Amino acid sequence: MELKILGQDAPGGGAAEGGCSSSSCGGSPHGSPNGNKSPLSHLPEAVRAKVHNHPCYSEEAHHHYARMHVAVAPACNIQCHYCNRKYDCANESRPGVVSELLTPDQAVKKVLAVAANIPQMTVLGIAGPGDPLANPERTLATFCALSAKAPDIKLCVSTNGLALPELVEELCRHNVDHVTITINSVDPEVGAKIYPWIFWKNRRIKGLKAAEILIEQQQKGLQMLAERGVLVKVNSVMIPGVNDEHLKEVSKVVKAKGAFLHNVMPLIAKAEHGTFFGIMGQRGPTHTELQVLQDACAGDMNMMRHCRQCRADAVGMLGEDRGDELSMERIEAMQIDYKKAMEERRQVHAAIEASRQAQRTKTGATFISLSQVKGAGIKGAGRKETRPVLVAVATTGQGLINQHFGHAREFLIYEASSQEVRFIGHRKVDLYCSGGDTCGEAETALERTIRTLEGCEAVLCSKIGFEPWGVLEAAGIQPNGEYAMEPIEEAVAAVYREMAAEGRLDAPVADKQRLTA
Amino acid sequence: MAFTIIDGCVNCWACEPRCPSQAIYLPAAAAGAGKPHFLIDNRTCTECAGDHAEPQCASICPIEGVILDSSGVPLNPPGSLTGIPPGRMAVALAEIQAR
Repeated sequence: MELKILGQDAPGGGAAEGGCSSSSCGGSPHGSPNGNKSPLSHLPEAVRAKVHNHPCYSEEAHHHYARMHVAVAPACNIQCHYCNRKYDCANESRPGVVSELLTPDQAVKKVLAVAANIPQMTVLGIAGPGDPLANPERTLATFCALSAKAPDIKLCVSTNGLALPELVEELCRHNVDHVTITINSVDPEVGAKIYPWIFWKNRRIKGLKAAEILIEQQQKGLQMLAERGVLVKVNSVMIPGVNDEHLKEVSKVVKAKGAFLHNVMPLIAKAEHGTFFGIMGQRGPTHTELQVLQDACAGDMNMMRHCRQCRADAVGMLGEDRGDELSMERIEAMQIDYKKAMEERRQVHAAIEASRQAQRTKTGATFISLSQVKGAGIKGAGRKETRPVLVAVATTGQGLINQHFGHAREFLIYEASSQEVRFIGHRKVDLYCSGGDTCGEAETALERTIRTLEGCEAVLCSKIGFEPWGVLEAAGIQPNGEYAMEPIEEAVAAVYREMAAEGRLDAPVADKQRLTA
Repeated sequence: MAFTIIDGCVNCWACEPRCPSQAIYLPAAAAGAGKPHFLIDNRTCTECAGDHAEPQCASICPIEGVILDSSGVPLNPPGSLTGIPPGRMAVALAEIQAR
């Protein structure tokens, strides 16, 4: 039996030599009972080619490529209970929040400048702060100029779906080939608890009728896009006690209608955000609840687990935001050679692809036999299964363990078992707020980090200081700096093997919290 | 006859493109006057008479109480947009917090 390393989607162009060097190939389309073969491995080649350098659609690509959102679309045509239309905030990091609203002209200028400064950029999305399709002129003017001036940048749009059917043709004309629809329910009874009203045909419609119309429009838009070959991702906000169980049904329905990826995100609801759910004290899901639901949906649908729920004006790699250093004011002062910038992007992307290919070739050859994993800890002939373990990883990207523990603002969480290494999510250390270390509560940064890593038994980083080392160990989390600059999945597998060899994985699963991300 | 937008407007822009009379505008910031919010030009506002059955700005505005009719009455009174009238607030809170 072999321990297979999963979590990487297959190459777009690299699979030419008869098959697939990717470690993720060979999986059944929808994965094992616990559901998580590489999320994109079964997709047709054409689809994989479209997403393989898209950080928001491909877990592997998000280690390498950057994206940006431009906030050109302020108005919205519905109300969601998790959203507050007062979107102007510099410190909050969540969807629907921006610092500065841009005109389409400013947005185009900003995209070209950012793409020149961050050559890893492949994707431009319009995601608000309102609904992009409730501001069709501003959104389409931005897309129209960009498809002419930076044809190498992929254009994406994110919508609540209400105005989608009437704009599908227009989106196709502007080369938009990735659309995200936020679908929180397919049942008006559930929807009415999330959407108090919609603006429809020049009237405000409330209650069940509103949810009914919205759901109908979303499903119609999804089908129309799928028929035209546009890739559709569905976002759902998991709201405990409202749509948590129902999202399994949503997953089935949207898959049947042609969505290729489902992204179940946790509700963000804090009173200080001023949202209805925040003020009313609606709770968000725990790490456990989210993962259990994602795993349940994964039986039917490709699940996305690396979403960072970024701002509607985020700039850079997922999980980072360089919006401040690339503000409109600074961009106005820059001198940029656009043609040269596009050529530089081409070269940078080629270099990234070469390094991904090299990593894949290496990883593809690494199969770790289970006999090795069992190793010294196993005595006698009994076939003792080693239990799975959560491992946290500090990384700045490129799929490598390359970040100092103390610099990590988030950790990627992998589950290693005797079967596979799979990516199951990320945890932010300073969630939603980039204010000071002593923001609100008297908890040190280290204590907060350790709380974030609850349930993990090891943390891999490039380096770690003496003091946090001791504190982590005392908390039952083994720090490990031995795999600095190594590919993540292989290192996690190796650490799992070491733990098994030391006999640390023989004990039965004692704490059910342990398996949560 | 004209509507008024008062303090509390969050500048979400939803109303501006919907006005059939282009009566809604965002004034330039005045020194020392704080951040301006959208206003309605009372000379051009028709309350949508002749264009729409319902006033467009008040039908898309997400904030309760910030658009007033010509007699100063809120077009979207408390509870009208959340779906929770003030009298049912305690019950709704208890229900939501039990989730």
